[in-house]
Amino acid sequence: MIEIKHLHKSFGKLEVLKDITETIAANEVVCVIGPSGSGKSTFLRCINLLEEPTSGDIIIDGVKINDPSLDINKIRERLGMVFQSFNLFPHKTTLENITMAPIEVKKIPKEEAERAGMELLRRVGLEDKAGVYPRALSGGQKQRVAIARALAMQPTIMLFDEPTSALDPEMVGEVLQVMRDLAHGGMTMVIVTHEMGFAREVADRVLFMDGGVIVEQGTPREIFENPRNERTQSFLSKVL
Amino acid sequence: MENLMLLFPKLVEGALTTLEVTVVALFFGVLIGLMTSLGKMSRFFVPRLIANVYIEIIRGTPILVQALFFYFGIPVVVRTIVSLITGDPSFRFTIDPIFAGMVVCSFNSGAYVAEIFRAGIQSVDKGQMEAARSLGMPHKLAMRKIILPQAVKTILPSLGNEFVVLIKETSILSVIGVSEITKVGQLHTAVTYTPFSTYLGVACVYMILTFTMSRLVGVLERRLAVSD
Repeated sequence: MIEIKHLHKSFGKLEVLKDITETIAANEVVCVIGPSGSGKSTFLRCINLLEEPTSGDIIIDGVKINDPSLDINKIRERLGMVFQSFNLFPHKTTLENITMAPIEVKKIPKEEAERAGMELLRRVGLEDKAGVYPRALSGGQKQRVAIARALAMQPTIMLFDEPTSALDPEMVGEVLQVMRDLAHGGMTMVIVTHEMGFAREVADRVLFMDGGVIVEQGTPREIFENPRNERTQSFLSKVL
Repeated sequence: MENLMLLFPKLVEGALTTLEVTVVALFFGVLIGLMTSLGKMSRFFVPRLIANVYIEIIRGTPILVQALFFYFGIPVVVRTIVSLITGDPSFRFTIDPIFAGMVVCSFNSGAYVAEIFRAGIQSVDKGQMEAARSLGMPHKLAMRKIILPQAVKTILPSLGNEFVVLIKETSILSVIGVSEITKVGQLHTAVTYTPFSTYLGVACVYMILTFTMSRLVGVLERRLAVSD
């Protein structure tokens, strides 16, 4: 469970997040939508402290994680993150990308990590690409490897930062399918996305952000079919 | 021809000394350079300050002066201090010229290598560090396993260039009496009065060394390019 309490984040004088309080339950799939510059990516990045909150608390399973005395690396092991630009390690093969953190951080024996890595590659449909360098993969394949890499640390929560925004349209489907499988498997997921169809289908709850605040939230049905806030209405009328 | 027969064995000996100094300076230069670049990018003030002062001093003064200062200047300071402490004015202290040459070249090269490393590290997409950190890797581990291997790949051409410069700059050490190639040539021609053939020979030996070095770096570049 993720509890976010009075989260503020400023970059210099620019206040990007303004007092956000939100709870995300275990096994819940939450999609965050909103115009660009609304703070949704910053919100997501605050959850695993890639951005340090200016003030406020992030509490994961009862532990306040933005506590300087805490080993943030231990907490990040439980929070998988998938980036818009994939960020695969270009000097490592597909399988090495996946096994690196388990071997180096969790000290799992190489053979065991490779076995688990191959299993993950099978799950995302890329077992034949194990020995290939990222450069030789398509965007959709890269993102599927990136998801497998995050899953290799056996996180309990997965964060997705616009995972399909950098993809050619014909590759969006394969990535969304992997995410759909994850959601159905009971993973807690927070997804910043522009894929409204996917949000409507998979999300338990949709948060609409604008101007650094969560303007409106509800079930996909409530948000997409019956938005109450005028800003939500105006945003959805442009993207749907 | 006769001159060259006489010169050749001396040049080989000189080349070995040049090589010895170069290899040591190359190793420590890279080590010092890497540490300095990390210091310069540190979030703490003191490492940044030390790195900046070091780089500015080395880059702002000629290596010739650095060599003279270290070889002739430092022993005077040591002598003075030790004499003051022990009260024995007859205390003698000198630095072995080859050792001095290694120290000067290592620290000189380190300052330039530091800037090369910094450029390389900063050229790696910051998403790489974020991805590594998001997987629970500590900063140091991410630096070592993710950032540096990619940085080294991009900086290899400039690093190779620095190594070639280093080989040539060891010729400066002739002024502090290191019998490297240039010094050997000077001594030889002072006796034989054959500056043309002697310095031609000297130049050829440098060519052989620098050419071999750039080939070696080229091989390394190709081997690191497998992931492209």
